[in-house]
Amino acid sequence: MGAEHSGMTQLLEVRELVKHYSSGGLFGGAERPVRAVDGVSFEVGRGETLALVGESGCGKSSVGRTILRLQEPTAGRFVFDGTDVFALDRSALRRLRRRMQIIFQDPYSSLNPRMTVGKAVAEGIEIHGLARGPEVGRRVAGLLEEVGLDPGYARRYPHEFSGGQRQRIGIARALAVEPSFIVCDEPVSALDVSVQAQVLNLLADLQRDRGLSYLFIAHDLAVVRQIARRVAVMYLGRIVETGPTEALLASPRHPYTVALLSAVPEPDPTRRRSRIVLGGDLPSPSNPPPGCPFHTRCFHPARNERCRTEVPALRPVGATVVACHYAETTPAPSTGAEARI
Amino acid sequence: MTRVLDVRDLHVSFPTSNGRRFHPVDGVSFSLDRGETLALVGESGCGKSLTSLALLRLIPPPGRVDPGSIIRLGDTDVLALEGEALRQVRGRRIGMIFQDPMTSLNPVFTVGDQIAEGVRAHLPVSKAEARARALGLLQEVGIPDPSGRLNAYPHQLSGGMRQRVMIAIALSAEPEILVADEPTTALDVTVQAQILEVLDQLRRARGMAVLLITHDLGIVAGRADRVAVMYAGQIVEEAPTAELFARPSHPYTQGLFASVPRITGPVQRLTPIGGTVPPATAWPAGCRFRPRCPQAFEKSELPPELLPVGPTHRMRCWLAERNGGR
Repeated sequence: MGAEHSGMTQLLEVRELVKHYSSGGLFGGAERPVRAVDGVSFEVGRGETLALVGESGCGKSSVGRTILRLQEPTAGRFVFDGTDVFALDRSALRRLRRRMQIIFQDPYSSLNPRMTVGKAVAEGIEIHGLARGPEVGRRVAGLLEEVGLDPGYARRYPHEFSGGQRQRIGIARALAVEPSFIVCDEPVSALDVSVQAQVLNLLADLQRDRGLSYLFIAHDLAVVRQIARRVAVMYLGRIVETGPTEALLASPRHPYTVALLSAVPEPDPTRRRSRIVLGGDLPSPSNPPPGCPFHTRCFHPARNERCRTEVPALRPVGATVVACHYAETTPAPSTGAEARI
Repeated sequence: MTRVLDVRDLHVSFPTSNGRRFHPVDGVSFSLDRGETLALVGESGCGKSLTSLALLRLIPPPGRVDPGSIIRLGDTDVLALEGEALRQVRGRRIGMIFQDPMTSLNPVFTVGDQIAEGVRAHLPVSKAEARARALGLLQEVGIPDPSGRLNAYPHQLSGGMRQRVMIAIALSAEPEILVADEPTTALDVTVQAQILEVLDQLRRARGMAVLLITHDLGIVAGRADRVAVMYAGQIVEEAPTAELFARPSHPYTQGLFASVPRITGPVQRLTPIGGTVPPATAWPAGCRFRPRCPQAFEKSELPPELLPVGPTHRMRCWLAERNGGR
């Protein structure tokens, strides 16, 4: 879809990805598996950012971790630059990992507290044999500078740094192996707004300078709009709507996207939007509702028996691709927010 | 308007290893009227949460509220209270909810028991009456199937439902003031919208005053009557919400606004504030924002007071003087 339209060449393609966690039950009873990811497909172009957006438990982080094989997929296919990643053996996978990296929401938990920043950044360079001897130190210094840190920080330990600085260290560490693709898993969610802006700008600059592709996993639509031209909205393990970010925000077709958008707190008291406050809770992913996964909370006036029985397929409606039987008549959020570009 | 809370020149300090004290809250003054929502906005380390803990005298030792600080709750001098009298303020007159409801709920008691306990701690009612009130509170905070949920344990509820239970407990003694410290930060946006809606309804229905502590300007825009922006232990700008959002005047407030990604309008590169928040052990001399301020000038070397920017609008910046108070 999007990658071809924008004239970009495709870097990776995910098809019908499934990830179930068998809970097994505390006492070995055969419980229903948690269907964290339930048939997700997308592609990302070279130098492109695709945002995966959704709320806790929608499966967005599982998608990122499963395609990197930090956990094994239940089913599906992932082709990265011509390579079938899920078919690789351990050593081939290790070699490919150099090209696919991940940065996390909390970089502190992913940094070894006893390892200096310099060692942490150098680790990947040494494992993959990208440089030797004094050249390693020079590369580390260059990377720290590139992410906006003083090269002298290489001798310090992670606990000496603020959240924003740690995130920069995490980014330097990911960049050290010269990847072409980075999964950014909620990389700015734990940061204060002024620091969040610094890190978002850094990610945009690195993408421009290095031609990186990002899968940007987030829950905040305003952040997504800042960083990604294309977005996929997930609900209960499935993509329910995807398309160009501006089109999706301007005329959302899935009722869940409408609700998500209306819930974004906007720093502008003059723009009083009508809020759609969703009723009820997210259903359990181990026992998702039959039919449309959103039907238990849907407010679409046309919702009916069909929604409770028949799973809607993703299909193009207007400018986005959407999984709703009645996407043509989804009520627009009645807003003062017509001042969209 | 009835004034319910008056905080004057609040200082909170902690000792350092070399015997000196540093001041994470350093001269904060504000007031709350009945039925009003005041938002204290700021980033990590600005002192907003310690300010709220000080109201309930919950500053953990060796930290302390420094002599000379004033916290008046109606006619009560909160800082002079001891023992039972202090307990009558905590929970009874000032209710509090925190970011993470799971750590504040007891996992081995049912939701109904915990709310009823809150009721009986402060009001002279029978167990049955407390139970009935618990049911009413669950209804009031919008929990579906409230009588069923009375017997639920905290782990059986979602994050949003747990936060509603916390609100119910905070309301159980019918406080005059509700302090909400980042009440929706741990929640998803659609759930956040639900919780903020509940808080707003309760404030209106009960005429309660709300002190909303948050880092999120978006939440403030829809919910607060007045805003106080905190930086480095001080209030640096305060105004009615519409005024502050229309004319953010302190360079720090302006920096915050320029840092926030928007859901509407043209997508532009964000303009972050350079540098990082200084630690409370080393507040800069003069204007505390000076090292990061793009508009700093000679006079910024002196510490500014809160100066008028307009009839209802003040900021802690010498530019207010220079611009003639607009």
